[in-house]
Amino acid sequence: MDFFHQLIQQLINGVSLGSIYALIALGYTMIYGIIKLINFAHGDIYMVGAYLGFFGVTAAGLPILPALLISMFVTGCLGMVVEKLAYKPLRHAPRISILITAIGVSFFLEYTGMYFVTPTPRTFPDVMGNISFDVAGFIINGQQVLIFAITIILMALLTYIVQKTKLGKAMRAASFDTETAQLMGVDSDKVISMTFFIGSSLAAAAGVLVGVYYNTIDPLMGIMPGLKAFVAAVLGGIGILPGAVVGGIILGVIEALVAGFLSSTFRDAAAFAILILVLLVKPSGLFGKNTNEKV
Amino acid sequence: MAENKKPLLKAEDVSEVFGGLKAVADFNFYINRGELIGLIGPNGAGKTTIFNLITGVYVPTTGEILLDGESIVGQKPYEITQRGIARTFQNIRLFSELSVLDNVKIAYHCHVKYNLLETVLRMGRYFGEEDEITQESLKLLKIFKLDEHAHEVAKNLPYGAQRRLEIARALAAKPKLLLLDEPAAGMNPQETHELMEMIRWIRKQFDLTVLLIEHDMSLVMGICERIYVLEYGMIIAEGTPAEIQNNPEVIRAYLGTETVN
Amino acid sequence: MNSIRKRDLAMLIFGLILYGAIQGMISEKIIGSFWQLNIILICVNVIMAVSLNLINGYTGQFSLGHAGFMAVGAYVGVVATVNFQLPLIAALILGALCAGALGFLIGLPTLRLRGDYLAIATLGLGEIIRIVIMNIEYVGGAAGFKGIPHLTNFTWVFFTMLFTLFFIKNFVNSSHGRACIAIRENEIAAEAMGVNTTKYKVMAFTIGAAFAGIAGGLFAHQFYLISPNSFTFLSSFNYLIMVVLGGMGSITGSIAGAFVVTFISAALASFPEARMIIYALALILLMFYRPQGLFGYMEVTNFAPIKKLLDKISGNKGV
Repeated sequence: MDFFHQLIQQLINGVSLGSIYALIALGYTMIYGIIKLINFAHGDIYMVGAYLGFFGVTAAGLPILPALLISMFVTGCLGMVVEKLAYKPLRHAPRISILITAIGVSFFLEYTGMYFVTPTPRTFPDVMGNISFDVAGFIINGQQVLIFAITIILMALLTYIVQKTKLGKAMRAASFDTETAQLMGVDSDKVISMTFFIGSSLAAAAGVLVGVYYNTIDPLMGIMPGLKAFVAAVLGGIGILPGAVVGGIILGVIEALVAGFLSSTFRDAAAFAILILVLLVKPSGLFGKNTNEKV
Repeated sequence: MAENKKPLLKAEDVSEVFGGLKAVADFNFYINRGELIGLIGPNGAGKTTIFNLITGVYVPTTGEILLDGESIVGQKPYEITQRGIARTFQNIRLFSELSVLDNVKIAYHCHVKYNLLETVLRMGRYFGEEDEITQESLKLLKIFKLDEHAHEVAKNLPYGAQRRLEIARALAAKPKLLLLDEPAAGMNPQETHELMEMIRWIRKQFDLTVLLIEHDMSLVMGICERIYVLEYGMIIAEGTPAEIQNNPEVIRAYLGTETVN
Repeated sequence: MNSIRKRDLAMLIFGLILYGAIQGMISEKIIGSFWQLNIILICVNVIMAVSLNLINGYTGQFSLGHAGFMAVGAYVGVVATVNFQLPLIAALILGALCAGALGFLIGLPTLRLRGDYLAIATLGLGEIIRIVIMNIEYVGGAAGFKGIPHLTNFTWVFFTMLFTLFFIKNFVNSSHGRACIAIRENEIAAEAMGVNTTKYKVMAFTIGAAFAGIAGGLFAHQFYLISPNSFTFLSSFNYLIMVVLGGMGSITGSIAGAFVVTFISAALASFPEARMIIYALALILLMFYRPQGLFGYMEVTNFAPIKKLLDKISGNKGV
């Protein structure tokens, strides 16, 4: 019974963490889907989002929701600017050039961030108070409720955009085949730009939520979650939106279980072990289809 | 040379199914040593698939492919090359960033005997064999009129020269059987004519057996001794160029049913 | 006798002169301890960059886990010298063997993957290696391995580097090396030309990993302490940057890349915040204006004046 109780509690923690991975992974997978770039800077975009949320709550004294929305908007714009300045000029360059550029952008965001906000971690104010809910003996705290609520709303919104709007149709077309989409009248530059906006604002939301959840943020906080979100995207099948969500949640749950039942030092290794396993068994991910090169 | 009646290459009831679609069905054919055989058919008939089956890029779903009486089904492409089948590609696949000379040198790979230790210490057989490879490569390039371009980057060659380089490279692997996948594609009539002469010449010179896929009928009818016609993955006709030209099935396949009568 | 051999000899003599000059300046104290350390780091980084170049640049297999193999060499090396009192040479050889063996074991299944997938898998494996080391108490865990004797010096790193350069150069300029390059250029065509692509990918990966192990051994014996944090994927990025900066597929390029990156980061050591920002911007600008790196596929020996000089020395009439 005790073990069972602990298991459920770890599952709740895992799903909270996993929701955050899912939000970051969505951006990763959208961007990869459309320009085939592992955007190593995506984790740092998430860091910027966390800081903007932090300053919104502390310096501007805003409540959490407006701070979250402002952070999402500003970070979304930052994502667009990064794409315009750093990736767009390289659209037809070899893949490795863009990848190295992404690493460069990542370093740039980390260390420019460090320059302005200093490397010392900041304590995120407690915006939820000490609320917690007791559901049949399991504790769900206010932060977790906030994470679940925001994640569900954002995912519903994203689903609507992708499935129902003209922009979403254009995004799907462009990620299927950019050139053909362009021939069919899709303005691919605009679509890519919007993809970066949406992906980056989702990452910003994740950043703010992590600040609320763990109470602490620092300029290098994006490195590991960024990588793990990519693992989540690969796990679900890169380029597939529901895949990113499922991948993120599975990853979060596995990490929580490893940390809870084995040792927290193996937490990071678990994520990478999953990655290797997926790549070796089914590189296209849980939801992906295998493709082969034509001879 | 033709001391026995055993064919060099033989396919028995070969079928290849891609996700429910039969790309090649009950394919039977043979090539005798020294022959020059053509494989023709409309687009999408499965010609390149047959090359991919012979060279091990695909594994047949069912059936048997025999080289010199031994099965080569399930062997990797490089193993099959080592056993003496070399090919060119329909969509040119040169080592495009490398020099023309290096493109050919790479194909000597399976005949090199010096080992890793001799390589890194540059001793033993290393120098002798490297010299030999360079000399032989240059000779091959000369045959294909590419020797002046030996140090140019392959991707900068004109299209026709790239096709010739593909053949030169395949020959460097010293095959018994050479598979040419649309060697004349994109060539003008003059170039095609030269290519025809060249194929004839190398066959004699290198004691080769040749199987070629081609859409250019002047080339196929001009040099092939025997022709197989493929449609929807099945052989619909086989025979000499004259027989094929008058075969109603072939005319139907190429021109459609209405024109038969 | 042979012109190629004479060219090798000429380069060896050039190496010896360079060694003599730098060693002279070190003994005369013209080069202080700060730059002495950085010269040693440059040599170690050259080994890392050239060995990574064999995998990434020549064979075209995108690896982002090179620091993991360096870590294996470093830890095996220090255990050999500290816990088993073996000499440095034995430590380096053991480190190379272990890193190479691990490279072989990892490479065999992983190298089936292509492009980005391989990159991310090797990154993950590099991190797994690091996390595993972090959890081995025998080698100090997360706190690191302390009390390493200072056995590395300029002579060791320079000649090991020279050996590495000759090894990789000779490998690349052979049928084996050409097989690797063919894989980079067109895997399907390489296979059709009789190249066992799996074998050569794994071979390049194993050789690269082994030399990273040697570099790790040299690196570790330069410091009193090593910790798993010296071998994160960020260091792998750093080695990749050296390779790309210099030119993927150019040994001269990797030497230049290792030199430039190490030198700049040493020169900017007093401005730690600005350093990484400048570095990041330089990286982005490099990709905009010279994505093929400083040397592209070229070697220093391809440049006309140097080629002429070498041909003169070796008596080569020119091919």
